[in-house]
Amino acid sequence: MGISADDVKYVAQLSRLEFKEDEIEKFTKDLSSIVGYVNKLNELDTEDVEALVNPIYIENDFREDDIKDSLDRENVLLNAPEKEEGYFKVPTVIEG
Amino acid sequence: MKAHEIKDKLQKKEISAAQVVKAYIDRIEKVDGKVGAYLEKDFDNAVDKAAVIDKKISLGEDLQGLAGIPCAIKDNISTKNVKTTCASLMLENYVPPYDATVVERLNNSGAIMLGKANMDEFAMGSSNENSAFKKVRNPWDLDRVPGGSSGGSAASVAAGEAAFSLGSDTGGSIRQPASYCNLVGIKPTYGRVSRYGLIAFASSLDQIGAFTKDVEDMALVLNSIAGRDYKDSTSYNIKTPDYTKSLSEDIRGMKIGIPVQYFGEGIDDDVKKSVLDSIELLKSMGAEAIEVDMPYTEYALAVYYILSSAEASSNLARYDGIRYGYRSKNYDDSIDLYIKSRSEGFGDEVKRRIMLGTYTLSSGYYDAYYNKALKVRSLVKKDFENAFKKCDCLVSPVSPTTPFKIGEKIDDPMSMYMLDVCTVPINIAGVCAMSIPCGFSNGLPIGLQLIGNYFEEEKLLKVGYAYQKNTNWHNLNPKVGE
Repeated sequence: MGISADDVKYVAQLSRLEFKEDEIEKFTKDLSSIVGYVNKLNELDTEDVEALVNPIYIENDFREDDIKDSLDRENVLLNAPEKEEGYFKVPTVIEG
Repeated sequence: MKAHEIKDKLQKKEISAAQVVKAYIDRIEKVDGKVGAYLEKDFDNAVDKAAVIDKKISLGEDLQGLAGIPCAIKDNISTKNVKTTCASLMLENYVPPYDATVVERLNNSGAIMLGKANMDEFAMGSSNENSAFKKVRNPWDLDRVPGGSSGGSAASVAAGEAAFSLGSDTGGSIRQPASYCNLVGIKPTYGRVSRYGLIAFASSLDQIGAFTKDVEDMALVLNSIAGRDYKDSTSYNIKTPDYTKSLSEDIRGMKIGIPVQYFGEGIDDDVKKSVLDSIELLKSMGAEAIEVDMPYTEYALAVYYILSSAEASSNLARYDGIRYGYRSKNYDDSIDLYIKSRSEGFGDEVKRRIMLGTYTLSSGYYDAYYNKALKVRSLVKKDFENAFKKCDCLVSPVSPTTPFKIGEKIDDPMSMYMLDVCTVPINIAGVCAMSIPCGFSNGLPIGLQLIGNYFEEEKLLKVGYAYQKNTNWHNLNPKVGE
């Protein structure tokens, strides 16, 4: 199962990334090589094996529903690329 | 000097905290131009903290934990009011409004942060050639890599620019640089150290750990940073022992497992020899060595690159130029804002991993790759569970090679990824492992990996301490291009 330049363009769209033509070529080559390697897992029959998401079994341990301090808004907004009156400022999302 | 030596001298008033900090600052100013270990420096605060420690000493107060010990902190660990960049243009000017839990704990134990350590961008890499700002060079040979992704953390301690440092390990990012820089480096059990404030790469694999010059220092650092944290729901509810109590020279009767699959063809002869000689030494000290079979080892790297990339693609989706981080100046609309900000802000390796992760998670491929990798993850974990039924800890090489030359592997991602064969299985299973110096080949350091069962860091420290009482590798220091 090789990866084509079209696959790369589609995945780029999903990842919200864009590439120039020569970068697409290099990425196609690199990704094909990596995907070719990971295909190795097909050698194994995992029909009866359970998927393991977390390496260690942990159970949810909720704290009491007490209100605790939040981050200070001014401090948080210090990192904002654009801000106005305590809001993050972004380009228009909804048309009309 | 080792951290425990500094501690001793401070306690005996042979030296002041101010003098210690000044000595390290002078050292950084002398050599960091060549090494590149530090990104942000925080010298003013360090001097202030030293003054506080000196006041305590003059009032006759007892010094706890790491009081007065200078350290570097990997730049993916959040430090309040000090820039935290993950060595990426994406976070070039990001200043966290909070401290990571480990930073709070280090502050409480009196440790003094000198600055943030350089790294591979977003912790993706094995050579520290992927930093957006500058490369890190190995203090043992400035034309060679220090390892990655915690290259700056390792180089800072090896070059005498910090007494210890914190790093993070997702697939070997502490253990491999430790082996390349002749240091002790530990990846604790998943859940032993809080990840709150660690800028996430792969959430089921990441762990914060440390670099020290010897095992005795490692016990001190672990005592300070380990322990359950309510702010990290993946941190485990288990008591932190006093790790200094596990430092013993007596390892008689301990069973050391030798996993045959870690000694295959790909491992350099010199590396293999140092590791096998070390096993003989451990046997002469009374340990018993037995071969163990871990048949799924050869699949671990594929599992790692699928799972870590998938988790990374998900974790790095937050970098959208909206609330923090880099925002492009040229975009047409909001979607284009995401695309431009991300494409301009991320480096090539980060993009590669995001693309791989997105591909393996996309519909049509999810079962073949991501779900398959999760299943093989169970099998890799089972290998460790079976091995630990027969032995106290496992011993293996850390890296198939000694430090390679800068530029040697950067154009071939697969050849770079293959360096992780001995380290990634440990992250997949979530067990603990530590790299300690075990020899040299042509003047380049070799590391020995000790692997322990879940939450059995004490056994690693015990074997490591005993080994260091009978060897001198960890006492050697590089000349840093002098």
